[in-house]
Amino acid sequence: MSLTILKKENLNHFIESLLPHYRVGGPVEKNGGFAFEEIHDASEIRLDYPTTILPPKKFLLPVKETLFEIENATQGKIKPAQADPPTVIFGVHTCDLHAIQLLDKVFTSGHPDPHYIQRRQNTIIISIECLKPCDEHSFCKSMGTLSADENFDIHMLDLGDSYALDVFSEKGQQLLEGIDVQPATQRDVESINRVLSGKWQHFPYRLDFDVNDLPPLLDMSMNSSLWDELGERCLACAACTNVCPTCFCFNVKDIVDLRLVEGKRERSWDSCQLDAFATVAGGHNFREDRSLRQRHRFMRKGKYILNAHGYLGCVGCGRCARACLVDITPVKVFNELYLRQIAGGRS
Amino acid sequence: MIFSDMKQNITLSDQMDIQQGLYTPLMARIAHIQQMTELEKLFTIELPKDISLGHHPGQFVEVSILGVGEAPISISSSPSRSNGSFEICVRKVGDLTNALHQMKEGDVIGLRGPFGRGFPFENLHGKDILFAAGGLGLAPLRSFINQVIDERSNFGRVIILYGARNPAELLFTNELQEWGNRQDVEFYVTVDRGENDWDGNVGVITTLFKKISIYPRNTVAATCGPPVMYRFVLMELNAKGISEGNIYLSLERHMKCGVGKCGHCQINDLYACQSGPVFPYSEIKGKEEAL
Repeated sequence: MSLTILKKENLNHFIESLLPHYRVGGPVEKNGGFAFEEIHDASEIRLDYPTTILPPKKFLLPVKETLFEIENATQGKIKPAQADPPTVIFGVHTCDLHAIQLLDKVFTSGHPDPHYIQRRQNTIIISIECLKPCDEHSFCKSMGTLSADENFDIHMLDLGDSYALDVFSEKGQQLLEGIDVQPATQRDVESINRVLSGKWQHFPYRLDFDVNDLPPLLDMSMNSSLWDELGERCLACAACTNVCPTCFCFNVKDIVDLRLVEGKRERSWDSCQLDAFATVAGGHNFREDRSLRQRHRFMRKGKYILNAHGYLGCVGCGRCARACLVDITPVKVFNELYLRQIAGGRS
Repeated sequence: MIFSDMKQNITLSDQMDIQQGLYTPLMARIAHIQQMTELEKLFTIELPKDISLGHHPGQFVEVSILGVGEAPISISSSPSRSNGSFEICVRKVGDLTNALHQMKEGDVIGLRGPFGRGFPFENLHGKDILFAAGGLGLAPLRSFINQVIDERSNFGRVIILYGARNPAELLFTNELQEWGNRQDVEFYVTVDRGENDWDGNVGVITTLFKKISIYPRNTVAATCGPPVMYRFVLMELNAKGISEGNIYLSLERHMKCGVGKCGHCQINDLYACQSGPVFPYSEIKGKEEAL
């Protein structure tokens, strides 16, 4: 829509202007790392954050959320859950933008999910361009998520003394009313192009093959011996799926008071890595081995979700690699599968 | 269409759309409970006035007990016999089903659905239908069987094979008798272990296949049973020459949401709640996690 310039000294004013009207979430420093949290003061936001433990997904698909309240269980009386307030998520990286694009597809297609949609329609996303890799685990460049040209309301680019704001939506435009911004000049556009084109060399490719080859690679690797090797190491702790920006599987439970009358039906994040995930009543588990559960996870990330929704299920953020206690990482897994396939005899 | 013939009747899923609640159950009453075996009860659920279930045989509903939770249960009654009510045959095996077994006539449960892909009823006119049910697998198949029987003239031969572990575990015994008595239904039942007063077949369900001969090119098979049964039944159906696209299996998974989101029911890349629970064998043959 428009390209405007916000001086860095005016950033806090911009954030402060949002606080009375929105729940504002953004990256803040926490326990020596960074986390997306609801903020109450502009100075809390740290736009220089490398990455966060949990992705901003939690503002759209909370760890736990009430599907409806139970007013009287025996009489079958329920009432709708309270809606979340309008929200601005500040400082979203492009990998996470791609992840949100997938979540949007999942929760709006087929049977549209009213809880996600309500929250998403009520959320404004202000993203920021990454100019250097967050650490050795991210592989966004390989996954094609190092840039994004949609799915944000405002996209920020650090130009040194100022931010260039790519204002993409009406909602984004409205946020800037009353904020001291200038239209980008020809010189600004030149700096923008210089910064954007200069950044790519700082990001390494970490996959040993083109990402377009990932789905067929996985197709050929259903019976790879690597899955058993991963199963031997995997602790089935579900850290990988808990920190993943694209994992959307959930569990549903009823929480009731001691009288078993009032309560709520609650949806919470779940994980295909947990033993009980594919178990049916009576005890039969359709994915009993950890090796099969790891295979399922990687097949989803690189193939199944793509087939179902048109986007890869992995955005290369590296969070699962950082969280894994036994060094199971997508880069190593995908590269090892590739190596075994090109090595021929060994699969 | 004559307007006076139109009914002010909407389906359960229409009603869910009106409520704008994909996960919000509609409340209904248990009209009747029949103890069928030691572990299984048949529940007749009465829908609120002017709402019909609108289901296809093979589909399931999500049954809620507020405060306990929700579970997918296959619909056991035929659409042709659903007049403001329907039946579910429930084994006492998990949290929800144990709580359901504690309930009394008149109690309130929640419903969502019907969900999933059922048997391709409309496409089967003129075909011979071979049903093979193992244990509780008869519950979803009964919906299909009775619909076929109610439109008997639209179909060729109707063959029903049913196996249970012992005579006490046989379900729907009155109907078994009716099916057995009908001239236009070929009905065979067997039990894994006979007892003193049992003078019928003894042996697993595959032993019944020896008793029938079929014309494979005009036969469609519909089967449902425990996971271990499928491998052997598929071998028999294969030996009879029925093509893989004409074998329909109903697969059990834990469909938590029923709407293709929660991930629990995935069979490789397929969501059983959306692409199934009824699949032609040709669609799942290559899927390692299917059987």
